[in-house]
Amino acid sequence: MREIQGHVWVFGDNIDTDVIAPGAYLDAPMDETVKHVLEAVRPDFPCGFRPGDIIAAGANFGCGSSRETAPEALKTMGVGAIIARSFARIFFRNAVALGIPVLQVERSPAAFSQGDIVRVNIEDAAVLNLATDETIDGIPLYKDILDIIRVGGVIPLMKEIVEAGRKPGS
Amino acid sequence: MGATMAEKILARASGRADAGAGDYVTARPDFVMCGESAAGVYVRMAQAGVDTVWDSDRIVLFLDHYSPAPSVRSANIQKMVREFARRFGIKHFYGERAGICHQAIPELGFAAPGRLILGTDSHATTYGAFGCAGTGIGFAEMAYVFLTGELWLKVPGTIKFIISGTPGRYTMGKDIILHIAGRFGAEAAQYRSVEFHGPAAGALPLSSRMTMANMSVEIGAKFGLFLPDESVFSYLEGRVKGDFKPVFPDPDALYDEVHEVDIEGLTPRVARPPRVDDVVPVDELEDVSIDQAYLGSCTNGRLDDLAAAAEVLRGRKVHERVRLIVTPASYEVYREAMEHGILAAMIDAGGCVCHPGCGACFGGHMGVLAPGETCVSTTNRNFVGRMGSPEARIFLANPYVVAASAVAGRIVNPDAL
Repeated sequence: MREIQGHVWVFGDNIDTDVIAPGAYLDAPMDETVKHVLEAVRPDFPCGFRPGDIIAAGANFGCGSSRETAPEALKTMGVGAIIARSFARIFFRNAVALGIPVLQVERSPAAFSQGDIVRVNIEDAAVLNLATDETIDGIPLYKDILDIIRVGGVIPLMKEIVEAGRKPGS
Repeated sequence: MGATMAEKILARASGRADAGAGDYVTARPDFVMCGESAAGVYVRMAQAGVDTVWDSDRIVLFLDHYSPAPSVRSANIQKMVREFARRFGIKHFYGERAGICHQAIPELGFAAPGRLILGTDSHATTYGAFGCAGTGIGFAEMAYVFLTGELWLKVPGTIKFIISGTPGRYTMGKDIILHIAGRFGAEAAQYRSVEFHGPAAGALPLSSRMTMANMSVEIGAKFGLFLPDESVFSYLEGRVKGDFKPVFPDPDALYDEVHEVDIEGLTPRVARPPRVDDVVPVDELEDVSIDQAYLGSCTNGRLDDLAAAAEVLRGRKVHERVRLIVTPASYEVYREAMEHGILAAMIDAGGCVCHPGCGACFGGHMGVLAPGETCVSTTNRNFVGRMGSPEARIFLANPYVVAASAVAGRIVNPDAL
């Protein structure tokens, strides 16, 4: 998988899925939801975010609800990658299932400043901060998880299964 | 080496002799569950060209988040789910006639000791009260399960909480789990399973165990498991669908962490916004004036919860400045509360009793908050914007405290009335 380069948006700990995709817009079309992503903690985010930008958060990113609309909204906005000191379990799974590059980085977000340009390599589990010229190590992803992200999530996997006309294990 | 409950359940579900913490397994769930989220799953299936499901008898569907539909959008979502249920011949489609999925899954006999249930809702951990491993996943992954009947899962390490002591008056399972969240933090069990042991855990009524299993996800847990006992087995009599095989942890099981939790004399707790782990005894809370008191949800909308609130409300009136919203967790709860005169007590006190469902807990409808308002709630999350406006505040508490606060107009211990 190619390296992903983009500007960083820095967030703290415990950014929950109600903040990422507010419940009030759960029944709304995605083009409306994206106007409210993270606005409760960063009012400038929905307008200021550019496709390819990268999120660098603290601990427990994506805690709370299992709503897939949270990572889906970020994907729709064109998030390049999500780095966090730790991810909430369901958000992590959902991001992988949608093919979003994710990386757990012990020194996130301290090693990044808002607007820094970084280069993320999830294969090598490393982030190069071009602003400081420092390489920051992440925690390597399990190979099967990396494979799911590499093919673009579970939807392409399902397509393969449907096209092959078989189910795994049978 | 012995095994934890999570290790045993995931080994069985993946057809392996054993599975240890850290292993990745391909597990086959006994049942899967969706609410309106089934519409999201349906969209993912369509995107992948999936037009079959692996087993239409193992999929359980509810309409609980938006029942009855408050908007054209939510009505359309529900229409999609009904169409999905018809198209794939889903045997266990309950529509809006059951209540909140996490209350209905045990009531209808799907949750049973030793089973694995995946749901497209984070509070699927609730089934752990019955020794059943329940956990949340997203739409795309559920679509994958609908197609294949299986999903990769990481076998979690386990944290063992040994609970002992006798809690004080007006204290419930809610206060124990809030106490644990406050002491260990919102990320204490991230990626891990929790087992609740000890004499005080076994002494808890099922309703309180369900509250604690439910809120295990608020400390990051994948499963929140109690050891099944006689109260579980007698509850399941006449309810449970199919066979089940209980699992218990081995005495020499390896735990990531073991913590003693002494709840002797524990008093009611409150979680201050916007964090579930910012927990204080209600008696030490600053003076908080409220606009709304909310009683309900998969966390605290059960019969015991409504009865606790009614005990406080009988012979009293809700403060003129406050609205009390009551949303029973299920049809069964609704009917029993009616038969016991509990709903009458709510209405006489000035409460508004709603149809069973998720209601305002997630900010959907039936009691959402305006900017600047404050709510004391029996629900599970006090995040910014959770129940409506991002400028509203939510304090989490047990049903006794919510009822007492509704009367007082500010958050109080029932002792203070």
